[in-house]
Amino acid sequence: MSNLTANEQGDAVVQPGRRATGIVGDRVFRQLSGLCALIVLGLIMAIAVALVIGAWPALRQFGVGFVTSTQWNPVTDEYGALVAIFGTLASSLMALIIAVPVSFGIALFTTELAPAWLRQPISTAIELLAAVPSIIYGMWGIFVFAPFLSTWVQPPLSRWLGDMALLGYLFRGPPIGIGIFTAGLVLSIMIVPFITAVMRDTFNVVPPLLKESAYALGATTWEVARSVILPYTRVGVIGGIMLGLGRALGETMAVTFVIGNAHTIPQGLFYPGNSIAATLANEFTEATGELYTSSLIALGLVLFLITLIVLVLARLLLMSLAGGQGHSEGAS
Amino acid sequence: MTRYQKRKAINCFNMGMCVATTAFGLFWLMWLLWTLVSHGVGHLDWQVFTRPTPAPGNDGGLSNAIVGSLLVVGIGTLVGAPIGVLAGTYLAEYGRYSRLGAIVRFFNDVLLSVPSIIIGLFIYQLMVVTMGHFSALAGGVALALIMIPLVLRITENMMRLVSDEMREAAAALGIPRWKIITRIVYRAAMSGIATGVILGIARIAGESAPLLFTALNNNFFSLDVLQPIANLPIMIFQFALSPYEDWHHLAWVGAFLITFAILALNILVRFGLRSNRQEQ
Repeated sequence: MSNLTANEQGDAVVQPGRRATGIVGDRVFRQLSGLCALIVLGLIMAIAVALVIGAWPALRQFGVGFVTSTQWNPVTDEYGALVAIFGTLASSLMALIIAVPVSFGIALFTTELAPAWLRQPISTAIELLAAVPSIIYGMWGIFVFAPFLSTWVQPPLSRWLGDMALLGYLFRGPPIGIGIFTAGLVLSIMIVPFITAVMRDTFNVVPPLLKESAYALGATTWEVARSVILPYTRVGVIGGIMLGLGRALGETMAVTFVIGNAHTIPQGLFYPGNSIAATLANEFTEATGELYTSSLIALGLVLFLITLIVLVLARLLLMSLAGGQGHSEGAS
Repeated sequence: MTRYQKRKAINCFNMGMCVATTAFGLFWLMWLLWTLVSHGVGHLDWQVFTRPTPAPGNDGGLSNAIVGSLLVVGIGTLVGAPIGVLAGTYLAEYGRYSRLGAIVRFFNDVLLSVPSIIIGLFIYQLMVVTMGHFSALAGGVALALIMIPLVLRITENMMRLVSDEMREAAAALGIPRWKIITRIVYRAAMSGIATGVILGIARIAGESAPLLFTALNNNFFSLDVLQPIANLPIMIFQFALSPYEDWHHLAWVGAFLITFAILALNILVRFGLRSNRQEQ
């Protein structure tokens, strides 16, 4: 108590020396942590600005034609992004079509069906799928999965489904194991843990009372899932799916290994194609000339804008949940 | 079939599908891990840790890549972890209900999922172009940017778990706020924050896309942070796509090492976190 003295009115005050350290320390610490928070905020804008500056020569040269042209020719210095955009969207879409029902099943299993002791280990194992580095998926994809697909899966698929009227062309192409089909499959495995985590967290916040009421009326587990859980968590489920889509769009190394790197619009799922991220990974360090590098950065800008839109929508959906339904803190 | 039987059959089928999808998910994990073990363990020996990467056809190991990876991840952690923790502190302590806090929180969540190759492009523009060459430092900063949002989020969540009574009790004793945060809140949330940093390290250790345009690669042993540096993910990428059989073997060994190190960190953290929660 030696640093306390009484002033004229008899109130205890802290002596200037000690008090000053408190005030200065407070100010410094608050501003330091605030600065770090602003760094995070500034990052998104800095990324956008840096990409626009880097992409400017290409955008000035090609204009809107950059995103509608299928030309990608370093020799004649003509660049268009359509092939890469198409490959990115097609492989991500295919990944979603497979991953969404699988994630839904896993989330339902770990929240409703599994005995309590099994829930945590299974959730952890599924989350570990997200911890495996993307380059490992790529290696496994090209050395193990692609040969498997080309011998056991693709030939029967094109034999049975290739002649179908409308969807048949999806299953045509050389059964070489690499292409949009393989990329989509590998991507679907990679995004399952992200979608599952969000779905599981939102399923967990459905009030037990609602579910029990439905069970009391004689509903089966499936009917509870479809008519109680799903309507209640709809927004969160969509948010989780979009989060997974954001992941799939920007996935680089795994796709680079298995998509085939062909600069043509694929005629079917089995044909090799290209994605934005794979083009960047393959060509960026070898690009010579300002226009080539700039076009690659412009590709990056396109990818950044697409993922930004998807992610902002996903986060807005998930945030609108935070008040009423549930807050997602799933795998990140 | 009566209506009741039909409902029961649908239920059975769909629940069966749930079990099947779970098995499907676990099946991929098992297949991946089995591939790594069967291809990687056979070529694992001491040379891998003691000798640098070879020319095709020669003997060698991965020592330069392992050391380089540790260095780049170390730089990433030293840059990323403090910024992430401090920004998380701001959100949990000062900006909890403010508009700025909400905006930062939102964009941090977006940043969490921005493709890592975009981060690589950004750092290329920011550091490689201005410095004129690729460097370990640029690679480390790129990894730091990937780590920050993850650490920020976990730090904020963990600090929010510390009860306000504790802060109020300390404030009532006249302790300045920064001391309340550093001496009391940090101490209470320490294991959670450490978890966040370890998860961040596990996340960046396997990243290869952001290193492609920043740290590049180096076939020789180097500790110079201003020069290109060898690192495991890019080494795996190069060796796996090369036509040489012995380079493939080294790539598989590297893949085995990096994956099991990352999985071990993840499992460790989960067990640590759970036992910690049970204590509270």
